[in-house]
Amino acid sequence: MTQAQTTLTVRVPITGVAIIEISGEVTRDSDAALKDAYERVDPHARAIVLSFEDLEYMNSSGIGLLVTLLVRAQRARQRILACGLTEHYREIFELTRLDEVISIHDSEAAALAAAA
Amino acid sequence: MSTQPDERAAGPWAAPIDRLAMTDGHINVSGRRPTAPMNGFGRMWQKTYRTALGAVTPQQAITVLKEHFPEFWPAGNRFFAPLAGIAPGEVAALDLTMPGGLKLSTGVLVLYADDESFTLMTPEGHMFAGWITFSAFTEDGQTWAQAQVLMRASDPLYELGMTFGGHRQEDRHWVHTLTSFAAHFGVEGEVAVETVCVDRRRQWGRARNIWHNAGIRSGLHMAGAPVRLVRGRRSPS
Repeated sequence: MTQAQTTLTVRVPITGVAIIEISGEVTRDSDAALKDAYERVDPHARAIVLSFEDLEYMNSSGIGLLVTLLVRAQRARQRILACGLTEHYREIFELTRLDEVISIHDSEAAALAAAA
Repeated sequence: MSTQPDERAAGPWAAPIDRLAMTDGHINVSGRRPTAPMNGFGRMWQKTYRTALGAVTPQQAITVLKEHFPEFWPAGNRFFAPLAGIAPGEVAALDLTMPGGLKLSTGVLVLYADDESFTLMTPEGHMFAGWITFSAFTEDGQTWAQAQVLMRASDPLYELGMTFGGHRQEDRHWVHTLTSFAAHFGVEGEVAVETVCVDRRRQWGRARNIWHNAGIRSGLHMAGAPVRLVRGRRSPS
């Protein structure tokens, strides 16, 4: 499989809430990196914020990976929130109806406030 | 926040759309909302079908697949390609043969299409909620074609049907499609199938999706054909 051009950083800014910062591209090659990032999150975290501030590109396979990540989080009773999406990717979230299950916020601060 | 996506990001995606629209009167398509895997009822499955294509680039492979897609389908099933071809935002009608000979009329939205892949998203009433991505890529020194479905059966009736034969029929459909596609390039290879249950839970809150069930509506439409014929003959010209 091609090397993913994705960088994922996991932070815990407040107790019980993790942030996964997504940089670069999210495509089918990002599968292992996304799974690894999710496994680095404390399984007892009640919410995970996906930060797309540095997202460069995401295709439909990448959206599929977000769906499977969402299912894993739902099984663990964790909320998924998103921040930093451009207007274009907000529209993609609406088109793919991800916005119905992932709450979208303008900024990391707004997402953390909603998750707290 | 950026409001001007670059062409690479924006170009392959369908424009925002709330409901599908078709002008040819194909039933079960116009007015239907596109559905994601989260909007279905049944267990969530990821099914991956993969075959080797030989000495062709991924771009050449996907160009051929877009242009000849209906020709690779098994007999008895029809994909009415949009006039503009498989391009972002286009809507294609489908007639599928179901177990028992029932014809299911439905459609798909081309959610995404670039040089190396395209994704078809199903509307309400389709047998499953979700999407299927066709892609070609180079791995281990050769080009591969892949179809990957991420889906939940749309409603309890479809879930029953998928459990008792529907999944097998779907597997046969995409194995046939990829086998025919590889044969186009002179390759006779096996299609590897990998099935993963992503979520075993059923979403009972989505049981009411049965209202849109295209199988039921196609059956009612077929049953009403004689009545429509008689009415058509009686109406003044």
